[in-house]
Amino acid sequence: MATRRLAPPEVQPKEFAFTAENLAWAKTQIAKYPDGRQASAVIPLLWKAQEQAGGWLPQKAIEHVAGMLGMADIRVLEVATFYTMFNLEPVGKFNVQVCGTTPCVLRGADEIKKICKRRIGDEHHVSADGKLSWVEVECLGACVNAPMVQVNYDFFEDLTPENFEKVLDELQAGRMPKPGTQIDRQFSAPVGGPTTLTDPSIYKKKNGQDAEPVGAALTDDKAKRPGEAANVRDAGTPQAPVADKTAPRGR
Amino acid sequence: MTKLIVDGTEIDVPPEYTLLQACEAAGVEIPRFCFHERLSIAGNCRMCLVELKGSPKPVASCAWGVRDCRPGPNGEPPVINTKSPMVKKAREGVMEFLLINHPLDCPICDQGGECDLQDQAMAYGVDTSRFKENKRAVEDKYLGALVRTSMNRCIQCTRCVRFCTEVAGVPELGAIGRGEDMEITTYLEGALTSELQGNVVDLCPVGALTSKPYQFTARPWELAKTETVDVMDAVGSAIRVDSRGREVLRILPRVNEAVNEEWISDKTRHVVDGLRVQRLDQPYVRVDGKLKPASWGEAFAAVAARLKASSKGRIGAIAGDLASVEEMFALKELMAKLGSVNFDCRQDGMAVDPAQGRASYLFNATIAGIEKADAILIIGANPRKEAAVLNARIRKRWRASPIAIGLIGEKVDLTYPARHLGAGPETLADLVAGKLDFSKILQDAKAPLIIVGSGALARHDGAAIAALAAKAAQTFGAVADGWNGYCVLHTAASRVGGLDIGFVPGQGGLKAAEMAAAGTLDILFSLGADEVDVGKGTCVVYIGTHGDRGAHRADVILPGAAYTEKSGLYVNTEGRVQMGRRATFPPGDAREDWAILRALSEAVGTKLPYDSLAALRTAVFKAHPHLQRLGEVEPADAAAIARLAKTGGTPEKGPFYAAVHDFYLTNPIARASAVMAECSALAAGAATATAAE
Repeated sequence: MATRRLAPPEVQPKEFAFTAENLAWAKTQIAKYPDGRQASAVIPLLWKAQEQAGGWLPQKAIEHVAGMLGMADIRVLEVATFYTMFNLEPVGKFNVQVCGTTPCVLRGADEIKKICKRRIGDEHHVSADGKLSWVEVECLGACVNAPMVQVNYDFFEDLTPENFEKVLDELQAGRMPKPGTQIDRQFSAPVGGPTTLTDPSIYKKKNGQDAEPVGAALTDDKAKRPGEAANVRDAGTPQAPVADKTAPRGR
Repeated sequence: MTKLIVDGTEIDVPPEYTLLQACEAAGVEIPRFCFHERLSIAGNCRMCLVELKGSPKPVASCAWGVRDCRPGPNGEPPVINTKSPMVKKAREGVMEFLLINHPLDCPICDQGGECDLQDQAMAYGVDTSRFKENKRAVEDKYLGALVRTSMNRCIQCTRCVRFCTEVAGVPELGAIGRGEDMEITTYLEGALTSELQGNVVDLCPVGALTSKPYQFTARPWELAKTETVDVMDAVGSAIRVDSRGREVLRILPRVNEAVNEEWISDKTRHVVDGLRVQRLDQPYVRVDGKLKPASWGEAFAAVAARLKASSKGRIGAIAGDLASVEEMFALKELMAKLGSVNFDCRQDGMAVDPAQGRASYLFNATIAGIEKADAILIIGANPRKEAAVLNARIRKRWRASPIAIGLIGEKVDLTYPARHLGAGPETLADLVAGKLDFSKILQDAKAPLIIVGSGALARHDGAAIAALAAKAAQTFGAVADGWNGYCVLHTAASRVGGLDIGFVPGQGGLKAAEMAAAGTLDILFSLGADEVDVGKGTCVVYIGTHGDRGAHRADVILPGAAYTEKSGLYVNTEGRVQMGRRATFPPGDAREDWAILRALSEAVGTKLPYDSLAALRTAVFKAHPHLQRLGEVEPADAAAIARLAKTGGTPEKGPFYAAVHDFYLTNPIARASAVMAECSALAAGAATATAAE
């Protein structure tokens, strides 16, 4: 991690204000906290400001958030410079975050970085068409499908130089490729399908009949929607235990 | 009380103590960098690690409460070791880590010789480093005219950040980035705007923040240290004047819990260069409209000649803001011998009068007493500019538990939320009449504090405003048994002393403004009175230190001694008598003011009866015995407030204006200082920038 500074004045927009929709959302965030503790909403507000400003935080956005929360500008700047997920300089429409931690490096992340450097340019640098930028980040927690990159809100896993080039082609064309693993596997299951518990006999019913054919044991009904932030999911709203009608496990 | 065993000694401390405090109570020294008694606990330097029996790791004693320690298996008191091998190893480890990124530039560092890191590395560190890699490099930051940065040296204790946020109340400093890349800076490297910013230099345990005006000037061991008091405002902060030879090189705060705790304002600290320049170092006499250098004899002869030609009623004297009690006393005696009753120490025309009783012009609640107040009303004052350290005390009170603070006068940022009630006497009258909802707050308060500024009292209807403010104090119960919340905030260091010795016009005498008017006097003695414009025709004898307004108008200049060059008594706004001591000698032919007056009295044929400062002081003490109780406040009879309230009068309409317009340029010494001028320009620039936004 290098010293993080605000972007130079020439790229800073002259002003920043939340859109009506984002402002309403920001107010619900602020309302979560008791009187006098509004500063607690600084991270959600900065995050929304970053979304609105195109993936990075301009100086005016920091000041706008500070003004909304009654904080000193320096206090908000402290937060914005502390968390590396707040980008202080402009990023491309698709910001490629390449994982450069040990498991990914062992599985070929260096190749991925070389491709980034060749096709996009230097790190922290937006490509000429404004579509792409890339940055090396620490572990994003998908080591099982290493190497991987995160593009905006989506993971692209099991990358090889070939399929990563394809991903970049799609991105450059302005299309979002299918997120997740880029090879023949489901989620993080073994490549090519299940390798254990494949003997149908273990699924025989007590009356000796064969069980239904065993497909993939894995489903994810709470999947993250492609292109959306991780907190926007298809999952049902969490319910209180009383309202939870599912049968208790282990009976 | 909780029992603890520290290094084998059993001690009994209050449960709210931290381990560090408990260890200090046991007489054990704990090294520390980030911990400071007057700031919140950060616990990030880890230098204060101690061994707590039962804990697998050493604990940071500054952040570990005594009540959080578990007793032994059989109920024995918790055991703390500060000298065990584990503690030694922990301290050596922490010190080694701190020094990894700290440059080895002690020989060129201003902090050298008074550096916590240097001292503690000697005491607790190891002799070599095992770190072979490159050190971190950090860009230096611009923080304004007073604080110089050398950020490579920063150990990120965050004391400066906490000071600005908590004590100064101006959250400008912050720590951006994190981990190894953490840097201390202001937002976009703007200059600090606090009047107390110089204190961050004292707080910095290393040489990262050093004094810009003092940079590369001297080493601490070369300096002679004189403990004295400050005269830049009426607070009377305790200071230490560091001098080398004939020069004052810097001013540092001393601890005085009753007055300034351990903070001083930037004017107090950085006025130093003003003591060196623009000095009057020999007598001058105006000949043919031009000031010509003269000998003392010639100057005295000129005064004597003018005096001979003047009638008794046309002789006067005005004492300035920096005069000590002794010289005002001597001048008063001289005037008495010359048969004049025209003398005044209130050059701004402030409506305070010793005849109304001492309580009518003191900050009766005392500065430490601010912490007992539960509602504060500020009338016509801007304590942030008029008494920055006192303002920090109000802020401290507000931080301890938020209280209602009302402000009548200019709407200003006081660093704590103050409700702006109105601008002038009408609002005060409404408040007393119970028409504002703030009236109820004051009414319900057990210890309301009413601060009356000199901006309110220095108007020509000041007496009526004083009466109204006293009435407010009475109405809201600010004067009760054991509590007198009627507080006059003076801006001049000499004022209360002058009032205490009765340096105000006698029967039929003229006030300062009347004396200054053209044609009323033949000869006027000005004891450093630079804030009055004396009309044409009067012969002005100026006894002062700097070639400022007063000297430009003078006909005879008798060069005097500045506050660091003489011993003298000063009475601060609360009525606390303090003694200033001499650090250096006055320049050239300049002499101590009392000695000038003594010599002058002989030259004009009315010899004053004291040949030494001790004899003069004896006479002062004989006339005013309370002045000999140094460091103490003689409580004033609160009945004076009731009498003052009865005097009545109708104040005129029109808003109050604060007495201090430019914090940095309030007196001749400050106006001579280039540093103060730079600060003033920066502050003016900041003000226009804010207005433009």
